[in-house]
Amino acid sequence: MPIEILMPALSPTMTEGNLAKWLKHEGDAVAAGDVLAEIETDKATMEVEAVDEGVLGRILVPDGTEAVLVNQPIALLLEEGEDASALESAARPTAAAVSDSPAPAPEAEAPSAAPAAAAIAAEPDWTGATVKATVREALRDAMAEEMRRDDSVYLMGEEVAQYQGAYKVSQGLLDEFGDRRVIDTPITEHGFAGLAVGAAFNGLRPIVEFMTFNFALQAMDHIINSAAKTLYMSGGQMGCPIVFRGPNGAAARVAAQHSQCFASWFAHCPGLKVVAPWSAADAKGLLKSAIRDPNPVIFLENELLYGQSFEVPDGDDWTVPLGKAKIVRPGADVTIVAFSIMVGKALAAAETLAAEGIDAEVIDLRTLRPLDTAAIVESAKKTNRVVSVEEGWGYSGIGSEIAARIMEEAFDWLDAPVSRVCGADVPLPYAANLERLALPQVETIAAAAKAVCYRS
Amino acid sequence: MAKATARRKPRGKTKPPATAGEELLEYYREMLLIRRFEEKAGQLYGMGLIGGFCHLYIGQEAVVVGIQSACRPEDAVVTSYRDHGHMLACGMDPRGVMAELTGRAGGYSAGKGGSMHMFSREKNFYGGHGIVAAQVPIGTGIAFAFRYQGTDNICAAYFGDGAVNQGQVYESFNMAALWKLPVLYVIENNKYGMGTSVERASASTDLCQRGKAYGIPGEAVDGMDVVAMRAAAEKAIAHCRAGKGPYILEALTYRYRGHSMSDPAKYRTKEEVQKMRSERDPIDYLRELIVDGGHADEDALKQVDREVKEIIADAAAFAQESPEPDPSELWTDVLVEA
Repeated sequence: MPIEILMPALSPTMTEGNLAKWLKHEGDAVAAGDVLAEIETDKATMEVEAVDEGVLGRILVPDGTEAVLVNQPIALLLEEGEDASALESAARPTAAAVSDSPAPAPEAEAPSAAPAAAAIAAEPDWTGATVKATVREALRDAMAEEMRRDDSVYLMGEEVAQYQGAYKVSQGLLDEFGDRRVIDTPITEHGFAGLAVGAAFNGLRPIVEFMTFNFALQAMDHIINSAAKTLYMSGGQMGCPIVFRGPNGAAARVAAQHSQCFASWFAHCPGLKVVAPWSAADAKGLLKSAIRDPNPVIFLENELLYGQSFEVPDGDDWTVPLGKAKIVRPGADVTIVAFSIMVGKALAAAETLAAEGIDAEVIDLRTLRPLDTAAIVESAKKTNRVVSVEEGWGYSGIGSEIAARIMEEAFDWLDAPVSRVCGADVPLPYAANLERLALPQVETIAAAAKAVCYRS
Repeated sequence: MAKATARRKPRGKTKPPATAGEELLEYYREMLLIRRFEEKAGQLYGMGLIGGFCHLYIGQEAVVVGIQSACRPEDAVVTSYRDHGHMLACGMDPRGVMAELTGRAGGYSAGKGGSMHMFSREKNFYGGHGIVAAQVPIGTGIAFAFRYQGTDNICAAYFGDGAVNQGQVYESFNMAALWKLPVLYVIENNKYGMGTSVERASASTDLCQRGKAYGIPGEAVDGMDVVAMRAAAEKAIAHCRAGKGPYILEALTYRYRGHSMSDPAKYRTKEEVQKMRSERDPIDYLRELIVDGGHADEDALKQVDREVKEIIADAAAFAQESPEPDPSELWTDVLVEA
């Protein structure tokens, strides 16, 4: 059978074109790659190249024909060993050959929502001894323990080795693990983030420290396009076990370019897990889980918390599962949902509220993706009033997501609209008084809680 | 092929007699496989069976075949979105590659990646990256891991003349040279980054010298000559494997087709393309080397042509018969379930 040469589509949207000119004629020998004809679309003139070799047996659509449909046969090609008689067995074209796209139609509607998240193991109860440690020490211990446990875990970033960490989080690690595993990088966030992603593809478990997450903007392409999406794009073949960690959000008086909360940026993206601990125990347990997790994890720390001390379980096997929120103060009248440094402010607000007879429940989200919606909803059903607190901007923020989920899953239990306490919708100012005004404070949180309780 | 070979300009660079005939025939088979694969992909695109972006490698076959012939199976490869040829040169199955192009369950990424995003752990092929130059730090990191693990494997990171002006290329060059990482940077200079010629995009067009500031040796090679590519690759890979750090090869090549399928090609003349095809075609040139060198006759080459044609026909049939991914696949592979 002669080969049918079809009118090609030269862009995803092309449905027809004009056959401007044949460059080969009936009887001409054709090699693969030879230009057979020129076709015109409304955008451009393009060439049709032969895919097979043979002899051009018959031209079915002559020069100058307009509106030739894509996939309509335009010529017949005789293969080696065929002669012209073969053309007679091939169907003659009709004047108005209609050719539907052979692309298969979608057969089934996609499921409209993601399946329920896999069950997350409960947090183990710690019955052993505890020690007092700062968040800084807890993070360092988590890294050290995981590096002792697994040789493929290594730390890289600016000033993490000889300088002992810009904020001293990696103090002592170079001494213990050497410069093979604790690596000072040049100031080159885009480059070392991409390099670490490549190393993760090839079997390592990098911990990448950003001196602050503000500098991760330079590396955003590799975090999102390379780390978060490759597992999906590879049909599950190429996972990226990596932790990107460092201080996030406002520090103290370092102004707009060094004071931004990126929680909602990262939490927006499927393929990432996002963690933002408050206490030292959680910082340690969550970082260990993040390092062991086979997925890319964004680990948002807070500079102002580094020096705060908490009781931390004493031992190498303390981990906290990703994806589980924690009730850090039980209460009956109003739920305050917070993460990172705002958990401490929410607890302080709860104390002032208690003095006024309002019993607030404080939930530390700990993980922002996957979000522990069940814990929030359960609390909302109990207290019927919810305040979310975050240091970042409110627009499309974590609080917006929480409000939406409560509206979807606990609408009938609410006695007041969900209230969002957020950073002011401005770049963070330098002046001490303006900075304070721009960030959520104990009193603004307390005021919001009273408002949803209709107390003034 | 009916093209007159007498018009080809003489080339004096390579010494083909040193190369065994069997090797030349293997290059021929691989280069032809890539070309026929790409022609078929173009055809299936024209039929609406392949969607989106589809960047063909026709004209550049000698580059990847020459380099990969000098690599070991444990070595890694990473490249851009113009990746079909690299996958075939790594020994990936044409069926799985073509079925990915048609977005079917039998594709390398189960239909979820498409032309630009395929991977094979088995063949150490690390993609298939759609962001120009993203594969450069990723390839550098793959090499970093090789060294960390104590192997002497190398990573070949391929990128185009368009990518060489991205900042992350130089961030990678710096770290690779600083830490002496075993990465071979292959700049495939096909003269155009989409529709912009090298001259219009690069202040310095001597791209193999772009690593000079970092002390990375660089060399320009005739990318239309597979034997020259092989020879240069051997030397460069030996350098990387010996722990001397990165190496840059600039392959001077040419892309016959558009940047992607929907490219009106206003930025270059038809005569320029035709001249390259008739005078510098890498497959015609290799055929000539094989026949003139007495390594094989026309009949033996015809036999290779037939075998390749069958492989491609089989791949195209598979790519059309393979089912679309199950709708439940929409939700899988977002995260590794621990």
